[in-house]
Amino acid sequence: MTTFQEQNATDIAGSQTSAAGPGRSPALEFASAWDYAPAPESTKVEIADTYGHFIGGKFVDAAKGGTLDTLNPANETKLSTFARGTAEDIDAAVKAARDAQPKWAALPAKERGKYLYRIARRLQERAREFAILETMDNGKPIKESRDVDIPLVAAHFFYHAGWCDKLKYAFGGAEPKPVGVCGQVIPWNFPLLMAAWKLAPALACGNTCVLKPAETTPLTALRLAEVFDEIGLPPGVVNIITGDGEAGSALVEHPGVDKVAFTGSTEVGKKIARAVAGTGKKLTLELGGKSPNIIFDDASIDQAVEGIVSGIYFNQGHVCCAGSRLFVQEGVADEVVAKLKIRLESLRVGDPLDKNTDVGAINSRPQLETIAKYFDIARDEGLGVYESSCELPSSGFWCKPSFFTGVQASHTVAREEIFGPVLAIQTFRTPEEVITRANNSPYGLAAGVWTDKGSKIFEIAGQLKAGIVWLNTYNRFDPASPFGGYKESGFGREGGMQGLRGYVRLG
Amino acid sequence: MTDSPTVNRVSADARAAAFTTRSIKTTAKDAGLRLALSMVDLTTLEGKDSPEKVRSLCAKARRPMPDDERVLGERLPSVAAVCVYPSMVPAAAEALDGSGIKVASVATGFPSGQYPLDVRLRDTEKAIADGADEIDMVINRGAFLSGRYGVVAEEIAEVTAVCAQGGPGGRGVHLKVILETGELETYDNVRRASDLAIANIRDGDFIKTSTGKVSPAATMGVTLVMLEAIRDAWLKDGKKIGMKPAGGIRTAKQSLHYLAMVKETLGDAWLSPDWFRFGASSLADDVLRQIVRRKTGRYTAGYDFGVA
Repeated sequence: MTTFQEQNATDIAGSQTSAAGPGRSPALEFASAWDYAPAPESTKVEIADTYGHFIGGKFVDAAKGGTLDTLNPANETKLSTFARGTAEDIDAAVKAARDAQPKWAALPAKERGKYLYRIARRLQERAREFAILETMDNGKPIKESRDVDIPLVAAHFFYHAGWCDKLKYAFGGAEPKPVGVCGQVIPWNFPLLMAAWKLAPALACGNTCVLKPAETTPLTALRLAEVFDEIGLPPGVVNIITGDGEAGSALVEHPGVDKVAFTGSTEVGKKIARAVAGTGKKLTLELGGKSPNIIFDDASIDQAVEGIVSGIYFNQGHVCCAGSRLFVQEGVADEVVAKLKIRLESLRVGDPLDKNTDVGAINSRPQLETIAKYFDIARDEGLGVYESSCELPSSGFWCKPSFFTGVQASHTVAREEIFGPVLAIQTFRTPEEVITRANNSPYGLAAGVWTDKGSKIFEIAGQLKAGIVWLNTYNRFDPASPFGGYKESGFGREGGMQGLRGYVRLG
Repeated sequence: MTDSPTVNRVSADARAAAFTTRSIKTTAKDAGLRLALSMVDLTTLEGKDSPEKVRSLCAKARRPMPDDERVLGERLPSVAAVCVYPSMVPAAAEALDGSGIKVASVATGFPSGQYPLDVRLRDTEKAIADGADEIDMVINRGAFLSGRYGVVAEEIAEVTAVCAQGGPGGRGVHLKVILETGELETYDNVRRASDLAIANIRDGDFIKTSTGKVSPAATMGVTLVMLEAIRDAWLKDGKKIGMKPAGGIRTAKQSLHYLAMVKETLGDAWLSPDWFRFGASSLADDVLRQIVRRKTGRYTAGYDFGVA
């Protein structure tokens, strides 16, 4: 039997889809005699023309910041207009949170737990509506918002509801006290999920919050405010200020904030760290990544290829822990690349509301431009660029699932976070080499290891400098599992018992 | 023949489960249901089978829904084959004569395979002589599980040789190799057995999951592993092998999930009864029920279709 290596000797930088046998060229055709008919999610979701800030349990207009629009990135139509927050709005929100905090913290712990359980249950009841709204505002496939985002959101509230009356057992006998008012700034890649990651532990620990959603994706957080209202969460416990960086800065710098939690880019994270330094505020940062996904030659290759796909093409690669640096052991590199090319052909790119869509829209024009910039850099640096042959819709922001070949450690696309459905593929020869190269990054958020050999899994995982190491899987999340990074990927953990630590003071 | 790739069960099952979330609606559903019907190997493998039971099955195979033109305004496809025990082959061959529907016979000491090789080969020869177009053989699982892969390979090669001689009148005979995945247990074994079978059969022959006599029979995960073995053989050697999951596929919805898996793993070229079959006894009725519902908006009762 001939091997992939022999037949695809030159294929890693080339573009042919499959190996060629003698006298024939066996390929797989996915153009399809039998194609899936459009299967659009049909439920209509009501979206108001305008939204204000949610302060002290009421929706209010912006003090003087005016408004911003939010678009559906899949077709560039305007979804709604929302308030643009400034220091005045932040001040009002922090005051509301401050007023509410003593009473919230004084509630019997199991009463706080009941509120969180109610939020979780109501989110489950309204899951479909939230999933559709998330997909419209963010561009991610309905399949993912329905099966990943929203279920995890509910799971986070359920999980932390359970912690409310058990907090005193979480810190080795030390008595946990609430921090006070938490200022939380979240990104656009998992809008509602990031809100849940921030709010659920903060509320469980007796804090009150001011949340600032990203400027391109405010709608699900505002809908969450409706849920708070429905379940009777006391006014001021959670306040939501929408807007751009101005509102974010004002929140981070506000003297009435006791704790700052930020998820987003490393660049902004550094600014926040400087702003918070010396103020006595607690800080947790969950920042960028350039996470290595490592495939050894003894891995189950077909499943490892699925791991590449869920590592980098999940959520259009808009994932801080995306497996964006692929390391493949040389002996299987050609086979892995050949199989990845085939797999890209069956990824369905298009209308995010279609239930069969695998890869949705890029969240915004600026993000699309950032991704395009890295394609230019890769070409300038002489790299091979391979793109799926899929057709893209004519309007909206789109990027074909792609990868770069011929990548070396010094190339820009191997070092910088792209935040798109774009993979840098490198090869390696020995475990020691790949550990060195995997750790050779300013980031340290996540890593993946693929091997069928149990002893190797633990040997390698222990040496990777990353907050999360996935073994024979990638991009799996659970509220009980702490998430966070090393180095420029930030500090502090979210989720699990460890995630509670950022929201308590130990007396 | 031990250089088969390993299979990670958890990930393979997750991938297989992803096909069950494909939303197959409207025109895709209409086309998929007709395709599924045309891929059915209508099966009866009971100790109580009689020629009359087989004739009933064959009538159903020819016209799955005799009043289709009145109710649906179209003629539905017939099924791909009727699958019976060797003793029932003459009855099936007579009943299906001229229809284009294949007569498939289980053979080689089905379902256990625990008979001397010469008996199993004779079983095969007799079925072919009596009119079988397709032979569904079982592998020697005892030999496989004790690591005697050479024995398994050789036996498959011998049955292949018998099939290659063809039937009376130069009739071509295709072979389907049943791995009985429920007894192989691990996906590593399923993959190894698939590779071993594929290496010893001809272009156009099939590999098949199960006899239907062992639980679990066909599952999405097992079928995916076998489809991947078929894909790799095609890409490496240009050898094209068919696939037949059998047992446990009872609903139209399940069959559409399997078709989605075939479509996204092997592509267009395998979406044909020449390359993909469902071994099933009750699937056809549920497919018909869904076709009627799509057309008329009403669900039929169980007694609306003739039992076979």
